[in-house]
Amino acid sequence: MEGLWDFLRSLHDAYGINLVHFYDTFERGRLLRGMWTTVQLAATCVLLSVLIGIIGAWLQGSRFKILKAFVQGYIQFFRNTPPLVQMYFFYFALGPQMPRVENEFGIAQPILGSFAWAVISLSFFAGAFNIEIFRSGVEAVQKSTVEAAESLGFNRWQIYRYVVLPLAVRVCLPALNNNLVNLIKTTTQAYAIAVPETLYIASQIWSDRINVFEMMVTLLTFYLILVGIFVWLMTRLERSLRVPGFGQ
Amino acid sequence: MTTAWTPDQPIVSIKDVHKSFGPIEVLKGVSLDVRKGEVICIIGPSGSGKSTLLRCINALVPINQGSIKVEGQEVHDPALDKLELRKKVGMVFQSYNLFPHKTALENVMMAPVHVLKRPKEEVEAQARRLIKKVRLEGKEDAYPGELSGGQQQRVAIARSLAMNPDIMLFDEVTAALDPETVKEVLVTIRELAEEGMTCVLVTHEMGFAREIGDHIYFTDRGIIVEHGPPATFFTSASDPRTRAFLSQIL
Ligand SMILES: Nc1ncnc2c1ncn2[C@@H]1O[C@H](COP(=O)(O)OP(=O)(O)OP(=O)(O)O)[C@@H](O)[C@H]1O
Ligand SMILES: [Mg+2]
Repeated sequence: MEGLWDFLRSLHDAYGINLVHFYDTFERGRLLRGMWTTVQLAATCVLLSVLIGIIGAWLQGSRFKILKAFVQGYIQFFRNTPPLVQMYFFYFALGPQMPRVENEFGIAQPILGSFAWAVISLSFFAGAFNIEIFRSGVEAVQKSTVEAAESLGFNRWQIYRYVVLPLAVRVCLPALNNNLVNLIKTTTQAYAIAVPETLYIASQIWSDRINVFEMMVTLLTFYLILVGIFVWLMTRLERSLRVPGFGQ
Repeated sequence: MTTAWTPDQPIVSIKDVHKSFGPIEVLKGVSLDVRKGEVICIIGPSGSGKSTLLRCINALVPINQGSIKVEGQEVHDPALDKLELRKKVGMVFQSYNLFPHKTALENVMMAPVHVLKRPKEEVEAQARRLIKKVRLEGKEDAYPGELSGGQQQRVAIARSLAMNPDIMLFDEVTAALDPETVKEVLVTIRELAEEGMTCVLVTHEMGFAREIGDHIYFTDRGIIVEHGPPATFFTSASDPRTRAFLSQIL
């Protein structure tokens, strides 16, 4: 490792390519922590937004008009307003309304930090799209298949859980994949409420070290790899869900 | 009020059932009784309400008027425990309707495991027996998309049987099959009937109805026009509509 760092350092001296965020222990440390924060943020939001999508699509099939109207209102709100404004709304408008708790030093602090608000706002944002995506899958499931499950004694939830959802997922996986990739990229927006994720840290490094170009290339490469890994995982999932003679 | 049902009473008792979809009355006062162990065949032209009648029996669709009792339990009762009803009544559809994401074996196991919460090993043993019974040994791990129509339909029959029903409803289960595979499915149904399973069959297979039916019902435009044991029904139908239908189809 040391050899690599020395090599990168020599690049700076010889050609002016400033990769200080790799070879400097401090910069490297905070950049890696930023990347780890991005991974955590992305993973949490992906899981929560998928959960919102699954539950929301179930509620849309509900017999209760009020529930359906509520879900519809939620979707309209989060689909038709800018995600950055949503995040500001959660952090700056809702945040201060929340109760405060004392931390270990006896200082009152908000019950939810900026990371939590970013998770909430991004999950709700992507969740709204996921509901629509899952619903399109649910609608593609044959009525007669549902009827067969009903005649076997499955109740409404069991039909959704064991028949409709597994079939719907297979239909809507490509669309879901798209939306989740978008979500991962949108996590950079947490920069705006000072979540120490990759973009936020990178901007700190390039202000301190004046290596904007190198940081930008590093950032883009990082997201390329992150999204690449995600897409690879989703492709594996898709393959493992493939059923002979169904779909395609 | 439900009085205790005893096997000497009709296992299914349908009285003056009316059913409308919107302004269209599909069933206009249908009555029929099925006794335990009996095989009832319902025949009639397309759109006469045969499928609707079957679906009313296991409460897939509500009725507007009249009464349907299964083992003494009123199906039309809003307080009906649908699960209890569906444990008693199995149904097989024209389009098989298997769960396409599950193998044949899993299709058979799903309801007993998830609905009845029976232990998996026990259910699997039963499911393997049932698959053998419908002559599909070796196809346990095949997905519906890998099976022929006749094979899928036999899996569907096994799937219904896994719930240990007292009554089986068959809705034109061979109508989507080619003549060769029709036979495989009919063999399976005949065996069931011979074992004493109560069966209600909607069918266009007149020869089969004649052979295994204890009683034949002819429906047209929402009413039962005529019924009788096969021997008399097929040879001396009295109503002109029945005769017209039979002459077309035989
Ligand atoms: N869910 C529904 N909504 C509206 N109309 C329906 C519905 N189900 C059936 N019908 C109508 O009810 C009538 C009887 O239908 P049903 O399926 O019971 O006939 P069938 O005797 O089974 O005919 P086939 O031999 O073609 O299967 C038809 O006119 C059909 O269009
Ligand atoms: Mg029909």
